[in-house]
Amino acid sequence: MVPERRRPPEASSKSSSSMMSESPRNRKPDLPFTPFDSTNLWCGDRHGRSFLEFSPPLVTQSNGLFGPDRETKSKNQHEPSPVDDPVMDWNPRLMLSNLSFLEQKIHQVQDIVRSIISHEDQFLDQANELAAQQQLVTADLTYIIIQLISTAGTLLPDIKNALLSTNPAVGRPGSNQKQHEILPVEVAKASQYDSLIKDLNSCGGKEDELIKCSNNSGVEASEPIPIEDHDTKDNDDGMDGENLPPGSYEVLQLEEEEILAPHTHFCLICGKGFKRDANLRMHMRGHGDEYKSPAALAKPSKEASIEPQPIRRYSCPFVGCKRNKEHKKFQPLKTILCVKNHYKRSHCDKSYTCSRCRTKKFSIIADLKTHEKHCGRDKWICSCGTTFSRKDKLFGHVALFQGHAPAIPMDDAKVLVTSDKAQVSEASSGMPGNMDYNFSGNTSLDAQSPDLKGVDDGHGCFSPMTLDACNIWGLAEFPHSAYEVSESTFSFLATVPFKGMEKIKFQAAGMMNCSEQHYPVIIYIRSNKGVQVETSIMTDAHARTVSFEVPVYSWHLNPTSAEISICRTQHERGKYYKCRIT
Amino acid sequence: MAESGDLFRRIRGRDGFATVALDLFSTTRNPSPCSYSGSAKRLRIGDAIPAAVVAEEDRRDLVDSLSEEILFLILDRLESDPLDKKSFSLVCRSFYAAESRHRRAVTPLRSDLLPAALARYPLASRLDLSLCHRITDAALASVSGALRSSLRSIDLSRSRGFSQAGIGNLAVNCAALVEINLSNATDLSDAAAAAIGRSRNLERLWLARCKMVTDMGIGCIAVGCQKLRLLCLKWCLGISDLGVGLVAVKCKRLRSLDLSFMPITKKCLPAVLQLPHLEDLALVGCLSIDDEGLISLKQECKSLQVLDMSNCQHVSHAAFSSVLNKAPGLRQMSLAYNCLVTHSLASSLQKLSKLQCIKLDGSEVTTSGLGTIAKLALREGLSKCSGVTDEGLSSIVMKHKGLVKLDVTCCRNITDFSLASITSSCTSLASLRMESCTLVSKEGLRLIGQHCHLLEELDLTDNDLDDEGLIAISGCQKLCILKIGICLKIKDEGLIHVAKSCSKLQEIDLYRSLGITDTGVMAIARGFPLLQTINLAYCTGITDDSLRSLSKCSNLYTLEIRGCPQVSSLGLAAIAVGCQKLTNLDIKKCYHVNDAGILFLACFSQNLRQINLSYCSVTDVGLLALASVSCLQNMTILHLGRLTPSGLAAALLACGGLTKVKLHSSFKPLVPKPLLKHIEARGCVFQWRDKPFQVFSLLWFKDTLVELEPSEVWKQHSQEMHVD
Repeated sequence: MVPERRRPPEASSKSSSSMMSESPRNRKPDLPFTPFDSTNLWCGDRHGRSFLEFSPPLVTQSNGLFGPDRETKSKNQHEPSPVDDPVMDWNPRLMLSNLSFLEQKIHQVQDIVRSIISHEDQFLDQANELAAQQQLVTADLTYIIIQLISTAGTLLPDIKNALLSTNPAVGRPGSNQKQHEILPVEVAKASQYDSLIKDLNSCGGKEDELIKCSNNSGVEASEPIPIEDHDTKDNDDGMDGENLPPGSYEVLQLEEEEILAPHTHFCLICGKGFKRDANLRMHMRGHGDEYKSPAALAKPSKEASIEPQPIRRYSCPFVGCKRNKEHKKFQPLKTILCVKNHYKRSHCDKSYTCSRCRTKKFSIIADLKTHEKHCGRDKWICSCGTTFSRKDKLFGHVALFQGHAPAIPMDDAKVLVTSDKAQVSEASSGMPGNMDYNFSGNTSLDAQSPDLKGVDDGHGCFSPMTLDACNIWGLAEFPHSAYEVSESTFSFLATVPFKGMEKIKFQAAGMMNCSEQHYPVIIYIRSNKGVQVETSIMTDAHARTVSFEVPVYSWHLNPTSAEISICRTQHERGKYYKCRIT
Repeated sequence: MAESGDLFRRIRGRDGFATVALDLFSTTRNPSPCSYSGSAKRLRIGDAIPAAVVAEEDRRDLVDSLSEEILFLILDRLESDPLDKKSFSLVCRSFYAAESRHRRAVTPLRSDLLPAALARYPLASRLDLSLCHRITDAALASVSGALRSSLRSIDLSRSRGFSQAGIGNLAVNCAALVEINLSNATDLSDAAAAAIGRSRNLERLWLARCKMVTDMGIGCIAVGCQKLRLLCLKWCLGISDLGVGLVAVKCKRLRSLDLSFMPITKKCLPAVLQLPHLEDLALVGCLSIDDEGLISLKQECKSLQVLDMSNCQHVSHAAFSSVLNKAPGLRQMSLAYNCLVTHSLASSLQKLSKLQCIKLDGSEVTTSGLGTIAKLALREGLSKCSGVTDEGLSSIVMKHKGLVKLDVTCCRNITDFSLASITSSCTSLASLRMESCTLVSKEGLRLIGQHCHLLEELDLTDNDLDDEGLIAISGCQKLCILKIGICLKIKDEGLIHVAKSCSKLQEIDLYRSLGITDTGVMAIARGFPLLQTINLAYCTGITDDSLRSLSKCSNLYTLEIRGCPQVSSLGLAAIAVGCQKLTNLDIKKCYHVNDAGILFLACFSQNLRQINLSYCSVTDVGLLALASVSCLQNMTILHLGRLTPSGLAAALLACGGLTKVKLHSSFKPLVPKPLLKHIEARGCVFQWRDKPFQVFSLLWFKDTLVELEPSEVWKQHSQEMHVD
């Protein structure tokens, strides 16, 4: 049933007819617009608006009285004639009882319009003023109509529900009352059009149809409906937190076809369907110049409703579902979108399969897309191999099972493994302690640098030392000396490569006897003045030379010789090799 | 056993050893429990020793004849002072070998000594690397290789340079490892945590400030180390409720859990409180824990004994009350720096029948609240509480006669009345701290000494204490720690009295006690043979004589004579020769101390770790001489007028073990950058200070040399004295 808010009566009647499983296109070939879909909230607006905009010609037309002018008709094409309108499935008796009351009301408006018309005779030229007055009236009218329709629209499914349900009074005490309120509206609207177009009362004629219709729906409803109590779990419809008391809202129920219809707007000329009304409007331009007017193309504006709208909730048409209004613990759905998503998720086939994992299936393509964003990217991994998309899920899993642990990402773990291996092989291979190092490091150290006596030499005989020596060292123009070593596998070269360099460069030549690719080597150097320097370098397994640098300042005491030890770990330090510094 | 160490030092030559050995055993009739053998066996050996020693007295290789077990017995009795063991090991080879096999705890002084230490002590079970700043993975590998089966505990809290590889190596190879301290390893990753998780027998683990470790890492630890009893996750900002929750689920044996300053919320608390054996829980500064979370807790934690919820700023007293109601077995509770201590909170504290210690430092206290607390607690900390009044304090002490420890530091509202009630009711008080209780008069302070004879620790800093009070205090014969800094009225006479009776005193603080002269210090030195720490800062009256007399205190570890301008190198030399255990020395503003004094220091005080030389007359020479002190770690060298950049550079280079150096920032551009980098790479931290050179005018007030520091409050003090 159509739960449309500002839908003109004809629209609701139309959709109610569509509810009777008749194709709207077939039934209304003369109407280009058949706002069929209940989800389109603006459809009603559009009608109200267009009615408003077209009212001046309408009035002129009514001025010229009842002659169904071709032009007006074409302009008002989407203004359906209520007379032709088919059945509405409300209670005809109630409607009838209210018709007269509404008629009176409408007549009052009629009087005003007539007075305008008489004025119009006088001020034909002053079209602006006239238009303003007309607009005023029509605004009034549309306002009333919109109000009436909105309430009427909300009431319609309730009537149907009441008819359908075996126990009509279930939990909806307000429905009867609302019926009373709303039925006059429909009648008023009908009579309004009547009075505007021709003074004709076709209510009686309609009545039969209405009764028939209600009978029909009654028959439909009287079929025994097995109410299963299966609670479909769908938490995704955003209704769980809401605890509206059962009578405080209206419940609408859409039919399956409406829910599943791919298109909700149809061109009544060519029958093409659209998802959006705006697209339909664009499409309509191709059907004639009249659709190209700005008014026809404009988005129907929201007519501000002054009365507060009653809270409206939706029911799933699937009987037995928790979201179906017959369910004991009925939980209504909040919006039409919720209805659609719920129905597709819970009661339709899941036809979209994730192409990545090939296991997850979805009935809504958006869900699939959401899943595909995360699919295969479960970064929370347990040691058992299970992956999780969320950390708390992983920790829940780890807490649950004995022996499972969070797994650290692979790249880190690899580092750990390889380093372990390195340790092992290092331990097994051991440091070639018997390696013969032979150092004959040489640096030309100027004798001019002040000689500082060691601390141990005695107290009180210190000469304040300056670090000029260091500077001399750093800046002295030493030749790029490369001292080759006589008979060893290892040789040392001490060079100060260029001016300004603040470090002494040592170079050890020879083969490092080791299996690993790269490994750290610790080098200890101690000068004959007691200064110790430690440095560590990474070497290549097959490197012939190892070079390292020692800050010049380490040598401020002007050593004449140094001892150097190269080892793999601090533990292995033992053998020092002499290296003369001249 | 201090004497025995000296004895060993004396007998590095052979002669006289027999007497020494006999002395040793005669003084240790009641052997303390020793770790390597059963008591029955030990006693038997103990009985046999004198005979054996006597029988072999004449033999030339007397020392070698002592069996290893006997040497172990001796070593067991040398636990008190590390230097004694050193002396022992230097007697001869067999002693050396015995010592190296006996020692269990090793604390290498520098990283480069680690290999030697490992080689020498193959059976060490406790390795404390807190003095080694650079510990590489290779070093850890050598540790795990050398101490594969024996290592039980390792402390890496101050070390850097290792990665998960080293940790993994330790965890895999050292199966006996029970304790790891990895605090401050700020760059330690989850992978390292996973490596820790492989040491299944781990019982105690400190991960304080391991900010890179996340839930994943702690999850691995929780699963791997299920025997954990102690876990410290202080400042682990990467770990959230999930990780803590998993720890609580997996490590059911946890006794002690420190979750201070972590971003945890109420979500993990139920699991934590369900730990069956949890006794000690610290939640200091957990700002994400709020009232709602605590009040909604339903779990009761019956095993909980110690709870520290200091500094939880989003928790009100109502929530504390509800927590307290859920921990009925609480013995110790800290609510410092929190909230208003009200009647309701106090009454829920009262329900805790086992409560022994309450710390309410820095809280706002109402009198009614205090009145209700007044129960049960054996120790109470009320330091820096606002709102502690006479009435409240009296009600506490009146109701609780057995109070052992009371801290009312900076409770400025209390007067003699409180003191009277404290001293009259709590006569068993062992520790009383009442720094800066300015309203208490000298008469009130006298009451302390008159009534509380069991006092062991007394802090009367910044009070109105006078000689009368000190004379009264001399009745407290058990006194170990006496802090009477900024008590401007005390004079030598009072100190002499204290020195006569309190022979157990180990620590005395005489900061800015201007009335003290050499006579007083001499009395101290004579009266307190066990003295370890003395603070004579700004006692401007003392001279070299004081230091000479203090040099008799051979146990002295810490000496502060900052701002004593009459002290010279001579005094320092005496100290250096006499107090060879000296570890911390502060001679800032001892203007007359020059290189000569420092040379003595460098020669004799080989245990010196920390020195402050600012404003002294020390030059490059002195500084370089200090480099021969291999233990030196911490130097403050500000405003040494005759120090040159090159001298400084040389000294820095020569001191291999430096960890922290405070320097004036004017040196920064003068010292070559590569040098600084090199030193920093060795594990030293430089702190550059930009303090202006203070010029002091020394004035004589009332026979006392007073140092005037214009901007400071001390000026007022001295002026007041002048007015008096």
